[in-house]
Amino acid sequence: MTARLWNRKTRAALLILPLALFIGIFFVWPLGIMVKQSVLDDAVLHLLPRTTEAIAGWDRTAPPTEAMQAALIADLRAADDEKAVGDMVRRLNSAQSGYRTLMTKTLSAVAKPETGPLLTDVDKRWAQPAFWIAIADALEPMTDRYLLAAVDLERNKAGEIAGLPDGASANRTIFIRTFWIAAVVTFFCVLIGYPYALLTAASTGITRTILLTAVLLPLWTSLLVRTAAWFILLQEQGLINGFLLSMGAISSPLPLIFNRTGVVIAMTHVLLPLMVLPIYSVLLTIPTNLMPAATSLGAHPLRAFLHVLLPLSLRGVISGALLVFMTAVGYYITPALVGGAGDQMISSVIAFYSTQTANWSMASALGIVLLVITLILYVVYVQLSGRTSVNGRM
Amino acid sequence: MTTKYALRRLGFVSAAVVAIATTPALARDLTIVGWGGATQDAQREAYFKPFAEKEGTKVLEDSWDGGYGVLQSKVSAGTPNWDLVQVEAEELVLGCADGIYEKLDWEQIGPKEDFLDESVSDCGVGALTSSTGLAYDSEKWPDGPKSWADFWDLKKYPGKRALRKGPKYTIEFALLADGVKREELYEVMSTPEGIDRAFKKLEELGPNLIWWEAGAQPIQLLASGEVAMTASYNGRIANVNKKEGKKFVFVWPGNVTATDSWVILKGSENKAAAMKAIAFMSQPEPEVKMAELITYGLPSKKAAAMVPAEISKDLPTDPKNLAEAVPLNIEFWIDNNESLTKRFNAWLAAR
Repeated sequence: MTARLWNRKTRAALLILPLALFIGIFFVWPLGIMVKQSVLDDAVLHLLPRTTEAIAGWDRTAPPTEAMQAALIADLRAADDEKAVGDMVRRLNSAQSGYRTLMTKTLSAVAKPETGPLLTDVDKRWAQPAFWIAIADALEPMTDRYLLAAVDLERNKAGEIAGLPDGASANRTIFIRTFWIAAVVTFFCVLIGYPYALLTAASTGITRTILLTAVLLPLWTSLLVRTAAWFILLQEQGLINGFLLSMGAISSPLPLIFNRTGVVIAMTHVLLPLMVLPIYSVLLTIPTNLMPAATSLGAHPLRAFLHVLLPLSLRGVISGALLVFMTAVGYYITPALVGGAGDQMISSVIAFYSTQTANWSMASALGIVLLVITLILYVVYVQLSGRTSVNGRM
Repeated sequence: MTTKYALRRLGFVSAAVVAIATTPALARDLTIVGWGGATQDAQREAYFKPFAEKEGTKVLEDSWDGGYGVLQSKVSAGTPNWDLVQVEAEELVLGCADGIYEKLDWEQIGPKEDFLDESVSDCGVGALTSSTGLAYDSEKWPDGPKSWADFWDLKKYPGKRALRKGPKYTIEFALLADGVKREELYEVMSTPEGIDRAFKKLEELGPNLIWWEAGAQPIQLLASGEVAMTASYNGRIANVNKKEGKKFVFVWPGNVTATDSWVILKGSENKAAAMKAIAFMSQPEPEVKMAELITYGLPSKKAAAMVPAEISKDLPTDPKNLAEAVPLNIEFWIDNNESLTKRFNAWLAAR
């Protein structure tokens, strides 16, 4: 009996093995790397062991000592891995603008044996404490500077957490905006998607096929094409404005694109299938005789809907809303194409750090903040909507 | 199906997977990566096809929108799936310093004196020189804008304006419009006051300023009448005039020139073929053909001398056009791009 049970358990385990492997390789592992990347700060430490020692007693205001300069020259001469040097320079330039050109000049100077012992002779910028502070601040193997910077915070001179000066960074604003846009899009998706799903579930035959195809078709079209189509429809000389103008409904074109309106319209369209399909599939499982039963007992159709159909179909709405919201939070292309300057979402900031400046730490930190906030919202959402509705018998 | 059978089958499948994974992959053909659109169409005709014919090989193409992080991650990942890439000037300098490009064999390319200074480096050879400048539709404005100051003149030229999203070029144009002399531009930009001045100038345009990200967008914005004028690349303007009979004008005074280069990614499987392709593309004859197809400046001085005058007058490297241009200061941007982009994003978000 036990052997048989074990056998069955093995079989079950084997069955979920691919899934476990998939989640491990494509989700847990990259996530681990991301977490590590956002707190790891050893690009400078690795390459500058002598400077680390020499800089230890420095008071961060005095001009750099000769020992510090000699140590840095020795460290740079010993560094032979071009890529590691590149990582270090990127890290330093991100803390102090100007490091790029300073390092390029310094590296080619220290390659010559006659250079030294003073770096201030190579470039007078080495006399400024700011460039040495950048090194001194980069010598701890772990750091919270990226995570803090992701929410517009930094450590001040005393080491306390403080806000960044106004106008220096806008991550917080962009995070709030991201969740707000996602919420608005989710709201409109429910508003349009629910009646649509009701209609589809209530129809039969060819009508149902047409309605379903209409909602599935956009899902099969490239995101870029769908977004570009909105561009043609919404622009000032576009179809919608042209039609309204010719009808005399408006006297000057409505601003429908390059603003929040355009983003919400385009994103609602793109994400609508994710709302309609879960609601539709739940509606199909509801016995069709429930509504007539309620009516026959004397309930007004509206009352029957509110007390019978709506509660039963709510779990479809809840999972649809979750799908739409989560997907909307990560949107990037649509706001970039049909949005204005004030509509960019956090993904575009993450994309800037990863594809443009190769600042993986900053990109990871922003990603983690996004993930954590989303998880918190998810937990709150599940609590509010009742656990069974989400995890229940779908 | 019994468990035993299932297990055996699983074993068979995994053996097959291992066998496929360990079979040496067929060598990938030389992959050249440009910036897409009209430019890459021209490159295909002038460079890629003739090169493939001459060498009797195949050339694969891909396109990208720039971004140093893209190249950096491709090289860090091991063997990159791109070989020859057209990069912007900053990416050339950054990548060469970081060692993510192969060093070029100039013996194969030719004497360095035959090329413009910006086109010569250890890791890259010039691909083209482009100008970013003011463009407008002359059918809409017969007496069109002539400078960046006119770009800010909302009374004379009402309507929206578009600039490339990001601090690069935007800050240059704002300061030029504010009366900064071309020779002093980067000096002013190196001071915090200069940057403040640029952002203040941008404020003046208020809601009339919109932003584009891909090079095809400004053309679309002009063609649809969505904007009165825009910043654009000179080649795209000339191309749409030629292909679609538009009457767009590119304003040369105050244009910013920058040179793109060809680089070979470190660890490329097709290093030798890529080197050959670079050498081929640097010959005068194919470059002249390139200029006939799209009006970008040529790296080879010999080629520039062979280009007919009626084409040459539209090239960014034409002496008359160069006299009114600002060369993009690469050093300024590799030092300041990250901090200024942060500030630019913060400024955008606060508007």
